[in-house]
Amino acid sequence: MQIYGEKPTRFGYGEGLVKLGEINPNVVVFDADLAKSTTTIWFAEKFPTRFFDAGIAEQNMLGMAAGMSLMGKIPFVTTYGVFVSGRAWDQIRTTVCYSNLNVKIGGAHGGVSVGPDGATHQALEEITIMRVLPNMTVLSPCDANEAYKATLAAAEMRGPVYLRFGREKVPLLTKPEDPFEIGKAVVYRRGADVGLLATGHMVYHALLAAEALEKEGVSAYVLNVHTIKPIDEEAILDVAAKCKCLVTCEEHQVTGGFGGAVAEVLAKRRPVPMRFIGVQDRFGESGKPDELFEVFGLSAAHIAAAAKDVMKAAGK
Amino acid sequence: MTVAELKKMARQIRRDIIEMTHAAGSGHPGGSLSATDFVTALYFHKLRHHPDDPCWEGRDRVIFSKGHVAPVLYAALARSGYFPCAEYASLRQYGANLQGHPCNCTPGVEVGTGSLGQGLSVIVGMALAAKLDGRDNLFYCVNGDGEMQEGQIWEALMAAGHFKLDRVLTFIDYNGLQIDGEVEKVMGIAPLADKLRAFRWHVAEVDGHDMQSLVDVLDEFPRGDGRPVAIIGHTIKGKGVSFMENQAGWHGKAPNDEEYAKAMAELAGED
Repeated sequence: MQIYGEKPTRFGYGEGLVKLGEINPNVVVFDADLAKSTTTIWFAEKFPTRFFDAGIAEQNMLGMAAGMSLMGKIPFVTTYGVFVSGRAWDQIRTTVCYSNLNVKIGGAHGGVSVGPDGATHQALEEITIMRVLPNMTVLSPCDANEAYKATLAAAEMRGPVYLRFGREKVPLLTKPEDPFEIGKAVVYRRGADVGLLATGHMVYHALLAAEALEKEGVSAYVLNVHTIKPIDEEAILDVAAKCKCLVTCEEHQVTGGFGGAVAEVLAKRRPVPMRFIGVQDRFGESGKPDELFEVFGLSAAHIAAAAKDVMKAAGK
Repeated sequence: MTVAELKKMARQIRRDIIEMTHAAGSGHPGGSLSATDFVTALYFHKLRHHPDDPCWEGRDRVIFSKGHVAPVLYAALARSGYFPCAEYASLRQYGANLQGHPCNCTPGVEVGTGSLGQGLSVIVGMALAAKLDGRDNLFYCVNGDGEMQEGQIWEALMAAGHFKLDRVLTFIDYNGLQIDGEVEKVMGIAPLADKLRAFRWHVAEVDGHDMQSLVDVLDEFPRGDGRPVAIIGHTIKGKGVSFMENQAGWHGKAPNDEEYAKAMAELAGED
């Protein structure tokens, strides 16, 4: 595996917003009193008249952004994923998605790797509750470079977009010049024994698992599914056709999440045995990110074990 | 329009509301009738818009945050010329432009509303965008009194005051009734004017059925003093139809054939 350094994905978002500020005068940014942490402060410092702090009032922030979009602006609203997706869900549903408004939603601090802040601040449900909304696009980039590109791509397209970021530094798996297209999954390894489909920085853990499996003579196919909606059905079916079994990997509830999205595709078009790496219907807890990865069963070792288990189920 | 002509139009709009809800067999006549006089004054006296060009950039924006009063909105739009009155018959029917609650598929509707408490934030965001660009549009919202119980309303009120959005005006249809009964018994909002002033708004309290007062207060807007404007309109739910007046039960119920005939007879004539 080639690694190009490390950086939190939220930094890619912050840098993407600054770039957008330079190239698109219609881009405006909202935050809800977390500008330093979400990194929107970088945009605020360079473009102070186009930055609005909504205060700790997420519902009104979404509504104001909706109004801005109706006047031709491209608003990016930002706060922690828990608050933006949960507290303002009805505003996102009825005001933003029903009218198909051009509002971009950045949710920072996704996953248990948020660490010591604990369950209240670890967003584990956003993929589920955002992807269920008609008109919504859901992006979950694997590293800061991909987050940067996802941010720019979100501004390019019309309609609501949810972008999911993490808090901690994670390895850079992509280069700035690598292509990125919304809805197009990226193949990292081609293997024939088991498919590892991952989203967000779980792509890194899936690659670690693939390396470990290789030592045991198992060849894993690794797919980075950065767009959870609209999901790349063809790429998923390709893995299912080649490997006949697969494991989904997400730092999120498995119920209705990324694994659920993959299962919907397979159930409809090519059912194969699956295993789901992710949070298993429980709340997060305080702890160190690495420690929590072990406790919640998200590490490369867990992925490798699930891969062997699903291979058995597939008669391999 | 003169005040006399506005009164005549308000009567026509009330007949339209009865006609529409009767044809649909469901809908919200009570709050539509209470907001009618303000909506008439807004659309036929004050608003800058081109109904034949609904997306004209220079238009003033209107959002019905209390989206359930879609009948009064649709009547105002049709009578303004956005679409033919013949569409009334399609209200709440499958495939119609006139959805049960406002949808931006209807010409003249800016955004979908119906989940209470959300529209005021959208108007605030629109006004903030216009301020950023130095545009001179004006921004109007229609809120219900029961709707003031929503937390998001107070977030939006706070933001409009904070950002000094004096090109925002909201009409609060203070008819005192909501689905479960009297607003003050369900969840009191008084003293509303004091609360709004504390949130840095300019407040005008008027008889929401006195056309001259409504015209006068609209004529004073925008004031240019950094304060958004709230008109507290003291109104009667079901106004104009004797058996609907002050009856919470007429919040979300359509008149049957007999009630329809009686209501139309009461609303017949010019004023």
